[in-house]
Amino acid sequence: MQDFGEAFRLAVSLVLSGDADLVEIVALSLKVSLTAIGLACVIGLPLGAIVAITRFPGRNAVLILFNALMGLPPVVVGLIVYLHLSRAGPLGFLGLLYTPTAMIIAQTILITPIVMALSRQVLEDLNAEYAEQFRSLVLSRWQQVRALIWDARFSLMTVALAGFGRAVAEVGAVMIVGGNIDHLTRVMTTAIALETSKGDLSLALALGMVLMVIALGVNAMVQSLRMTAVRHAYA
Amino acid sequence: MPMRDVALNTVMTGNGADGTALPMVPDIRAVTTSDLCLTIGDKPLIRDVSLSLSPDGITMIMGPNGAGKSLLLRLIHGLLPPSSGGVLWGGQTLSDDLRRAQSMVFQKPVVLRRSVAANVEFALKARGVRDAARRDALLDHVGLLDHARQPARLLSGGEQQRLSLARALATAPKVMLMDEPTASLDPASVLKIEEIVLEARANGTKIIFVTHDLGQAGRLADDIIFMNQGRLHEYGPSDLFLSRPETQAARDFLQGRIVA
Repeated sequence: MQDFGEAFRLAVSLVLSGDADLVEIVALSLKVSLTAIGLACVIGLPLGAIVAITRFPGRNAVLILFNALMGLPPVVVGLIVYLHLSRAGPLGFLGLLYTPTAMIIAQTILITPIVMALSRQVLEDLNAEYAEQFRSLVLSRWQQVRALIWDARFSLMTVALAGFGRAVAEVGAVMIVGGNIDHLTRVMTTAIALETSKGDLSLALALGMVLMVIALGVNAMVQSLRMTAVRHAYA
Repeated sequence: MPMRDVALNTVMTGNGADGTALPMVPDIRAVTTSDLCLTIGDKPLIRDVSLSLSPDGITMIMGPNGAGKSLLLRLIHGLLPPSSGGVLWGGQTLSDDLRRAQSMVFQKPVVLRRSVAANVEFALKARGVRDAARRDALLDHVGLLDHARQPARLLSGGEQQRLSLARALATAPKVMLMDEPTASLDPASVLKIEEIVLEARANGTKIIFVTHDLGQAGRLADDIIFMNQGRLHEYGPSDLFLSRPETQAARDFLQGRIVA
């Protein structure tokens, strides 16, 4: 077991030297989480928008479900995806278990409710302002959804970044469906868990530092977007 | 309810070149309401309003706060469903096609989070038109061409309302419904908007305009609807209404007294 000071020095040198393993792990983490947030936005934004502009029986129950799904436990999502993708599962024939694709599927399931619920709130607030104008212009539902998503784009980017933050920091689901296989499905969070359990803190710390930089970067982007939106009165 | 001699017309007729009678063509600018009611909860907000408006000119809806002016406007534009009674435009019930021939300007301008030019483009695209020259002409018409690239929400209140007007005009409406579009604007902005409204009327657009402003009614109105407590009290030519109102409520309103 290294002491913290030594581990920290080694971690800094790994980051600064661009260690190949470290780069590979970070690159896979970003690839998996960015793909997942992209898919979550494609699914979640229109669904959030439809619920935002539509009144139907049972809507309150749907909203409760949306909000509850935001707190989905990653390990449960991982387990469910595992059961579906394992050889005996209904999607076992696809051979996706322990691949980055399985990790993308798990993360997409995990963050789509976040994108859906947060975007629903953002778009419903905007729709309260626009609804009469839209009805007066006799816009179709699809035209309304497109206009709302476009006009709320800055707020929705914040929603997407919140989803990305959740995805990139998640460990339970990707560990179960990815298997943390070296050079195949090892991402930052699973590598940190593994290296810590092995007592090799330098790589774990180096990955933790990169993860922190990404988290800070995400927050900086959120703040910057907010300021841009306010400056242009588009917020 | 006094109904004075206003030009009531729900159809346009004429003869063809060979002298034969043409079929009666409904004028979709002429609105008729029959026993129109709106009740929310157990509170009646609009009560038995029956009206037949001329398809031409500017009809002003006046009355004290809470009279139901804005609700009546929304009911006839179809933004609110009536509790009972009906609205006919040119003898037809309100359909999406008919509503596409109308546009509405709201008291608080609805400004999309886009540039000034994109706000007008939005209305043009809603009618399937992509025409930058027409967009610029509309912006020029309302005096906003120099602001075309600016974020619309950075415009002043008067400019935002002119932008709303440009967007309303972009759909080439046959009927324009305006809910106190000049409330809380400075005199110069009011004047500019009134000029645009008068020009729209001259081009054949029917205007239905809610206002509290007696001076504005005198300048713009061809006929006036006076509402109080959700009821239609008077409807007649503006000069008659303004000089010789027939109901006590209208007299109180015109003299600046609290309307019972």
